[in-house]
Amino acid sequence: MNEAVVYNYKTVRGFAWSAVFWLVIGLLVGLWIAFEMFNPALNITPWLSFGRLRVVHTNGLGLGFALAGIFSASYYMLQRLTRAPLAFPRLAQAHLYFFNAIIALGALSLFAGMNTTKEYAELEWPIDIGVVVFWVMFAVNVFGTLIKRREKQMYISLWYIIAMTVAIAILYIVNNLEIPVTLFKSYTVYSGANDANVEWWYGHNVVGFIFTVPILAMFYYFLPKSTGLPIYSHRLSIVSFWALNFAYLWTGAHHLMLTPLPEWIQTVAMAFSIFMIAPSWGSVVNGYYTLQGNWDQMRSNYLVKFFIAGITFYGLQTLQGPLQGLRTINAFFHYTDWVVGHVHMGTMGWVTMIVSASFYYMIPNITNTVIYSIKLANIQFWLMMVGQVIWTSAMWIAGIQQGAMWKATNPDGSLMYNFLDTVASLYPYYQLRFAAGLIFFIGILIFVWNLVMTVRQEPRQAEA
Amino acid sequence: MGITSKPVVFALLSTVVILIGTTVTVFIPLFMPSTQPVSAYIKPYTAVEQEGRDIYMREGCNNCHTQTVRPLRTEVLRYGEYSKPEEFAYDRPFLWGSRRTGPDLNRVGGKYPDSWHYTHFRSPQAMFEKSNMPPYAWLANNRLDVANSFKKTSVLGYGYSENEVQQQIDQCRSTVTNDNYPSKVSRDKVTPPELQKELTEMDALVAYIQKLGRDVKKMEANK
Repeated sequence: MNEAVVYNYKTVRGFAWSAVFWLVIGLLVGLWIAFEMFNPALNITPWLSFGRLRVVHTNGLGLGFALAGIFSASYYMLQRLTRAPLAFPRLAQAHLYFFNAIIALGALSLFAGMNTTKEYAELEWPIDIGVVVFWVMFAVNVFGTLIKRREKQMYISLWYIIAMTVAIAILYIVNNLEIPVTLFKSYTVYSGANDANVEWWYGHNVVGFIFTVPILAMFYYFLPKSTGLPIYSHRLSIVSFWALNFAYLWTGAHHLMLTPLPEWIQTVAMAFSIFMIAPSWGSVVNGYYTLQGNWDQMRSNYLVKFFIAGITFYGLQTLQGPLQGLRTINAFFHYTDWVVGHVHMGTMGWVTMIVSASFYYMIPNITNTVIYSIKLANIQFWLMMVGQVIWTSAMWIAGIQQGAMWKATNPDGSLMYNFLDTVASLYPYYQLRFAAGLIFFIGILIFVWNLVMTVRQEPRQAEA
Repeated sequence: MGITSKPVVFALLSTVVILIGTTVTVFIPLFMPSTQPVSAYIKPYTAVEQEGRDIYMREGCNNCHTQTVRPLRTEVLRYGEYSKPEEFAYDRPFLWGSRRTGPDLNRVGGKYPDSWHYTHFRSPQAMFEKSNMPPYAWLANNRLDVANSFKKTSVLGYGYSENEVQQQIDQCRSTVTNDNYPSKVSRDKVTPPELQKELTEMDALVAYIQKLGRDVKKMEANK
């Protein structure tokens, strides 16, 4: 068919292995801090104390794993969907090395306590510059390849890749404007309520444009590819894409409910959060209807399970999120473990499911092999599924209990529990979370093993 | 068909769509007085308190402690008067936080004597058996690095002269190293002998913690 096109898969592979590497590291750190939550004895050195490790965990998985996975899948989809090789393959390769160097430096600097404290934007200014540079390297290839493309129309997944690229550029630069004091220390240019508003506009949308938008790009590409079924509705894709892009940016302040931020900003954020259910579910419905009449594939095609479970968690996530944004519900749940459960349903149940399924499709394809073991993939699926469900449910229940204990008063109006009672009462949940995390982690180790064994096979002979 | 065959136009259109909500809820409020109210009662941090704040950030204390009391009955009962926007005029960055593994600290200044904090930082479990807070005894083994203190306060626009910064440091040192310092016994217990006459990182952190919520009490009293 397309004999003339020689795709560049070297970078795709490099980013896939980087993603796997940072996934394992990030989860190990996650297990460590999960243990620290009920046993503080594990805070053995400043470098291993919870306050520092927590950001290594979030940055390692958010920037290291998720971004590497996204870059890998994006470079793959970009070439396949444009039917053109990467415009600048050597730049892409440089992007790979530079990205990993920055993530490694970032992790080391966070271990060392160089930390701006702005959530998901903790990296100090020299590393921020590095992050911006690797995004520019990526963007040059995205637009270069799109301009040189042979396929006239841009498929949905490409829209999402474009949206991610421009949104992250704006978000990252605006939120990280800092004045350096030394090479390792800077202060943000915003103060107080404004700093909070800018930060949560960033914090919420970085989740949107890293954990939603490009993962949807993968979903819209790899689901039809691995099932042979076209996406149910193109029109629904268009509507949900633009509505998502428009509405997302108004919602950041739902992280700042009942804080000193002006009330109107909070109320606007709350309203748009509820609106966000519509475009999010647009994609969920589109995914479900794609399988209409072919649900037997849930049984016969191991990848479909990952995609459908993933989009289901995305759907639950995008119902739960807006509801948490409501002021009264927020008053109860905010600052509790409920939110931690919410985040992890998205990261463990949606992002990791879709990324691993995409890799299972992509890696055998580019190495011209077949997956080493479908049975292992199924075991991985169930370990991830069980681990994640126990993990998030434990945190939801912990959050409800915690919220209730914080609010409980005696008949005379005094508080029923002191703060420490509430902390101590959560330890059983924290122990359960650790166990669930371990189950999930074993699933991931099986995933890594399965991928390694897949690429170690002899490539298949080209079929006639 | 339309913009899905024009990547550059598509990208520009996306940018515009993304910037609408951003402009209304983020860019415009940057210049509105309601997001940056000022009060004469709210004073900037001293150089030592700022160093303490930087240590608080370095150790990621904000991962477990919030610094914003919400206007809810039980919250005001537990922590004190709810947070006002004026209080944060000098906070760069803000440290409101997003999770309370430990209690809120916005009103903690003055709640306990310095001696309590020295003991608690050394071993939180000595004060609260079931606490899961990490120990920070090692902060007392580090001499406070004040090499950049003046530069920090000038970047932050606190308006101190180099002399004033030095005075603030000297004054804090003479307070905590004085024989009449009420928390001397607790401080001596955590501080190694060779640093007992110096400012340590723990001294700065205690100074910062004790500042939290203090000015706003005066502001409220004079309303």
